[in-house]
Amino acid sequence: MSGAVSDLLAARALFGTSLVFHIVFAAVGVAMPLFMVLAEWRWRRTGDPVHLDVARRWAKGVAILFAVGAVSGTVISFELGLLWPRFMAFAGPIIGMPFSLEGFAFFAEAIFLGIYLYGWDRTGPRLHLAAGAMVALSGAVSAFFVTLANAWMNVPAGFSVDAAGAATGVAPAVAMFPPGWAHEVVHVLLSSYAATGFAVAGIHAFLLLRHGDHAFHRAALRIALGVGALAALLQPLSGDFSARQIARTQPVKLAALEGQFETERGAPLRVGGLPDAAAEQTRFALEIPRGLSLLAFHDPGAEVKGLKAFPRDVWPNTRLVHLAFQVMVGLGSLLALVALAWVVQRVRGREPGPRLLRAIVLASPMGFLALEAGWLVTEWGRQPFTIWGTMRTADAVTPVTNLAAPLVAFTLLYVFLGVMVIVLVRRQIAHVPVDAAAAPHVPPEAAP
Amino acid sequence: MSPHDLLGAVILAALVLYALLGGADFGGGIWDLLASGPRTRAQRDLVERAIGPIWEANHVWLILVVVLLFTGFPAAFARVSIALFTPLVLLLVGIVLRGAAFTFRTYDRPDDRVQRRWGVVFSGASILAPLMLGVVVGALATGRLAGGATVDALAWLSPFPVATGLFAAVLFAYLAATYLAVEAEGVLRDDFRRRAIAAGAAVFLCALLVAALSSREAPLVFEGLTRRTFTLPLHVATGAAAIVAFGALFRDRVRLARTAAVFQVALIVIGWGASQYPYLVTPDLTLASAAGPRATLVAVLWALGAGALFLLPALYLLFRIFKGERPFAVVDRARPR
Repeated sequence: MSGAVSDLLAARALFGTSLVFHIVFAAVGVAMPLFMVLAEWRWRRTGDPVHLDVARRWAKGVAILFAVGAVSGTVISFELGLLWPRFMAFAGPIIGMPFSLEGFAFFAEAIFLGIYLYGWDRTGPRLHLAAGAMVALSGAVSAFFVTLANAWMNVPAGFSVDAAGAATGVAPAVAMFPPGWAHEVVHVLLSSYAATGFAVAGIHAFLLLRHGDHAFHRAALRIALGVGALAALLQPLSGDFSARQIARTQPVKLAALEGQFETERGAPLRVGGLPDAAAEQTRFALEIPRGLSLLAFHDPGAEVKGLKAFPRDVWPNTRLVHLAFQVMVGLGSLLALVALAWVVQRVRGREPGPRLLRAIVLASPMGFLALEAGWLVTEWGRQPFTIWGTMRTADAVTPVTNLAAPLVAFTLLYVFLGVMVIVLVRRQIAHVPVDAAAAPHVPPEAAP
Repeated sequence: MSPHDLLGAVILAALVLYALLGGADFGGGIWDLLASGPRTRAQRDLVERAIGPIWEANHVWLILVVVLLFTGFPAAFARVSIALFTPLVLLLVGIVLRGAAFTFRTYDRPDDRVQRRWGVVFSGASILAPLMLGVVVGALATGRLAGGATVDALAWLSPFPVATGLFAAVLFAYLAATYLAVEAEGVLRDDFRRRAIAAGAAVFLCALLVAALSSREAPLVFEGLTRRTFTLPLHVATGAAAIVAFGALFRDRVRLARTAAVFQVALIVIGWGASQYPYLVTPDLTLASAAGPRATLVAVLWALGAGALFLLPALYLLFRIFKGERPFAVVDRARPR
């Protein structure tokens, strides 16, 4: 029994580690090609060689990150079966549609990235730019389809379960768009642009602080934060949309992430605090009266279902879920503030000063921390189920034993890959000559 | 044709393309490891140039196979994932290290020591991955992957799967050498032409070994190889393609050799599929018994058709740009830089 329990934990740890690792590269794969193609587009329009330099150096970063994303994504697609064969035997035909379509999006990403990276001298300017745009578009489409599969796990639809426990009456089109798919897809896409935008902007802001005025880093910062700040400002709206959807479709998760144990009208919004499942209360929280009812239902008097309204064996780990949620919302709010400060400076037509640059450097890792925290919220918040209300995680796991061995092996592999990516991206971005104007001027329309 | 047979055929077609494209990329890695003689550096550079723009796209065929398997034949996907856990994990390690090391090498310092270090990881992983892929394919036919309480964890280590693993690695090396002979020029072309001949001989020996072992360990495949009437023309065609490829290699007609080798490898994969039909996993899982609900199969087949309309032109564009002989100029012309 203890062996089975520890193998379940090892399976969850391995799958969790794989996703925590892959999700960074997946998000970068959605957003970074957009930055890259925007830089090239500006160069083609203005002939400014700095933007060509930005596009080329970012393209190298994309090449490194996309390769690691592609192989770590392959690991995930196999691990679905290696770790959760019973889940896949049940759910494969139901959620296979989004995965199949994601396969085509991934094909498009890989094909057009090959054309973009190696085609600078082999294709014409319009085709090259179009290839870059296709990479950016298919990255977003890919994330769209994968998120649909996750939305189905949270709110399953499009099938029923027969007496033997098998799925019947499978309707792939219904399962592909389960209730609440829209809010999750929007939230995931915005988080990718915000997290990547701030991470990239932070690097260039740091180098601007170090080297003073530098055309390369100024141009890079404008593009990365132009997209990232917009996404960070839209994200609170998307969060509000999500909260209202989750209140309807996943009330247990809402109660857990807000630390709400009692069912009550005019429920307060808790900032911080530590839920205690044994005592069935959340301590040390700053409570904003009626805040939760207002946010979840846009009605200060609305009734919010508490955890106690549900059987205890469907509660997730209330402490972890609430904590991860607070981290996500807190960091997301900070990002929105920095984004607002940036937008105000841009609207006033000023370059960001050292104070704002320092704030951007500080905010740099926050987007990805918030993104990881948000992913933990949705995954921990669904426990103990892997398919909400249908299949428990413990029933999905493989009978294969000694899962600690692959857990250790893949963790070491990810650490190694992560370190190498940082070293190599640093090599590409950090060593831009201080005098970027010395770069050869390449007018876009010089040759016939 | 029933939906499950049709989807099975699509999966086999994807495997053929994976062998012809992704397999050859692994083969390129094997020749990186075996590069030798006065043109060692030039051989490695050619491999790098040849696979750089296309390996990621070629890799996606495998993802497509995995996704179609769990969507269309979930019972087989679950069975294989449990029974072949270890070789699949090793396959993943090979896939991860091959792709990562290849990319890291491109963007790391150009000095020899650093490049060589990544080269060793890249080429070592390029052998591990096809070995494990072949092992997995071979193990499907052994009949030792029965469901039930006990998992025969070592089924993949018996002689037949190990031989198919070896066969896959040698086959991919052979394929890569014929491709590289076309893309190389002058004496470098002779290097790869000779390598293709040697690898072709090894393919023949491995094929004999696999066939001999199958009589003992994979009776179903052996029967398919020897006794079924509809597989016989396939085997004759495979042999003919092999003879054409060999003759062309000896007479320095590398383009013809490449075409013949492509047919040879495609026919080997199709011949394997036909020998094993209708079984996905012996002794009990067939295309029919492992298939998911009909509604899913039909929906996925439509999605595949729509996807192909977009995918095939995009793939044509990729290969036309990087493997075409003349500069590409449909949208606009490349400017010399």
